[in-house]
Amino acid sequence: MLNLLVLIPALPLAGFILLALRGRQFPAAANAWIGTGSIGLSALFSIMVAINFVGNPPEGNVFIQTLWTWMQFDGNPVTLSFSLDSLSLIMILVITMVGFLIHLYSTEFMRNEEGYSRFFAFMNLFVGSMLILVLAGDFLLLYIGWEGVGLCSYLLIGFWYRDKDNGKAARKAFIVTRIGDVGMLIGIFLLFLHFETFNIQSVMQAAPKTWQIGSSLAILAAFLFLLGAIGKSAQVPLQVWLPDAMAGPTPVSALIHAATMVTAGVYLIARLHVLFEIAPVIQTMIAIIGAVTLLIAACSAMVQRDIKRVLAYSTISQIGYMFLALGVGAWSAAIFHFMTHAFFKALLFLAAGVVILAQNHEHDMFNMGGLRSLLPLPFVVFVIGAASLSALPLVTAGFYSKDFILLSAWYSPSGSALLWVAGIIGAFLTSIYAFRMVFITFFGVSKIPISHRPGFFMITPLIILAFFSIFGGYIELPETHHFSSFLSPVFGIPGEQPINGEGVLEFGASLVSLSGIFLALLFYVLRPEYAGAFREVPFFASLGTFWFSGWKFDALYDRLLVRPFFLIVRKSKNDFIDAVYTGIAYLNRAIHNNLVRTQTGNLRWYAMGITVGAVVFLGILLVR
Amino acid sequence: MMASVPLEHGLILSGILFALGLTGVLIRKNIVFMLMSVEIMLNAAGLAFVTAGARWNQPDGQIMFMFILAMAAAEVSVGLALVVQLYHSFKTLNADAASIMKG
Repeated sequence: MLNLLVLIPALPLAGFILLALRGRQFPAAANAWIGTGSIGLSALFSIMVAINFVGNPPEGNVFIQTLWTWMQFDGNPVTLSFSLDSLSLIMILVITMVGFLIHLYSTEFMRNEEGYSRFFAFMNLFVGSMLILVLAGDFLLLYIGWEGVGLCSYLLIGFWYRDKDNGKAARKAFIVTRIGDVGMLIGIFLLFLHFETFNIQSVMQAAPKTWQIGSSLAILAAFLFLLGAIGKSAQVPLQVWLPDAMAGPTPVSALIHAATMVTAGVYLIARLHVLFEIAPVIQTMIAIIGAVTLLIAACSAMVQRDIKRVLAYSTISQIGYMFLALGVGAWSAAIFHFMTHAFFKALLFLAAGVVILAQNHEHDMFNMGGLRSLLPLPFVVFVIGAASLSALPLVTAGFYSKDFILLSAWYSPSGSALLWVAGIIGAFLTSIYAFRMVFITFFGVSKIPISHRPGFFMITPLIILAFFSIFGGYIELPETHHFSSFLSPVFGIPGEQPINGEGVLEFGASLVSLSGIFLALLFYVLRPEYAGAFREVPFFASLGTFWFSGWKFDALYDRLLVRPFFLIVRKSKNDFIDAVYTGIAYLNRAIHNNLVRTQTGNLRWYAMGITVGAVVFLGILLVR
Repeated sequence: MMASVPLEHGLILSGILFALGLTGVLIRKNIVFMLMSVEIMLNAAGLAFVTAGARWNQPDGQIMFMFILAMAAAEVSVGLALVVQLYHSFKTLNADAASIMKG
């Protein structure tokens, strides 16, 4: 039964090949069936594999399926193999199921768009690459998945390529993540140089024996992988690509932000956690990066006008939480938050897509309003998503995962009160921006008439995701720990932590989340004039613009990197190396101009040419 | 056996014919005359084959001439069609007029 594993990434890839080669000749319905069906089957197989894995765990809790030996590398065979343990099992379940729901939603959302088959082909490739990434048993295969995900993000962000800005956003996403990818590739080679294998498991077993804790090589390797992770997962300082990635269609944003792509970095660090454990400096760095990112992004999310940009910054911020958890060594807390985040963020994006479609493709929240009575069901699920995002106590999945992270930040040996404070401020800001979004969009008066009502295929995924956004958290209650004990074969059993004051911390976190919601209610529904008064103060106004621009990171990089780069390029355009090449081109052109004169177009000239040629050759033959 | 023409005479005649034809192709401007000159060159070659065949008492030379004859017939039909087309396009038979393929 576990041998079905290979089908899980193979089906979406087969769907991609079929759609890419023949998709245009098929009718739209067939495209939707192939695109959605391949992911659906893949999800089905994932569930079957999961049931089998849990019911009858393989030896050592790892199942490895080797397909074939790919190549010999310095005498070391590189095998094409998939490895399944509880970490990758959770990843494939979330990826295929959330991916399937997003595909189902897209069949209706993209119905009247040109490039319907292209869309599903790319989406299938995206999911397939992500599955390869999380199932890869060695670094090379992991890297293939890693780059495949990057490629698909480029293709899908620039899906509406006729608009020049979308192309720019796509290139930005590709190039910024590329900076991290280079680091990661060097890291892979560094590990190969020392352990002479690409196999992740063997490297992870050998690393703690070879390298001492805090040895400089371990730190270097961990740092290089961290570079890759922050690029993909949009953490400070490489977070700038993600808000612009909103240029793609809404289901793409949902897929990039919820199930795939941005969580790849979190997965990478969790997968290589052994390496990071022997590099405590880098682990602290991860925690700090996470804390800084979650605060910066939450501030930016509070002042955005575009509903999708709010969600984009919120994604950066939530992944900051996951990094915070990774940084304090709470590996399963990070994966747990990844799972709940996948549910509620996909839900929020898809519900936002309903709103955007209903408002005739308007993205600015301030032009919307009053949708509560016009779109009652999307309103309800959006509130559920926002509640889960802002960790509404006790009832939502987001509460349990965020609480787990905050508690770990406080209690873990590498955690500190400062990290907890950053997390709690972030939680406060999160509930403000989440419910600001709800109140602006769904309350007040309606400004744009409803242009499209969601049908069956758009509503069903919303309901399923809303269900999981609430009940998905109950598998890891603070008392039961089903989720983390399931992951313990991978991450090790966490030591018993002191529990004194846990209730106080939880109560504090709940209070913070509720007060954030209340503040949003006060500012955007009860007393809108307060918000106006705030904007009157010049300090707050300029702070708002500063946050709105994403802390001016784009402008900074433009000054610091982009412009000097173009300057150098322009200067080096005429250096001596280029002169050689232009010289070759010039020489060719000169020869061409002279030879072209012999082509007179005059028939008798050509006949004369043939005659002279024949005479010359006969002459040579005779003389010899 | 009949007293045969010596090989040299036949080859000299065919050489002269070939040179005449070639000169015609090169100096004539009228496309019809150029075609006729090509025919002369073909027949010169044919004559050389026949002479050589007679010299060694082999049928090959005459068979070769049959090929040349057939080829010449085909060439003339295509050539004349081209001449008609040329006249349609340029209203002249001057080959130099059709020099629009200049590089």
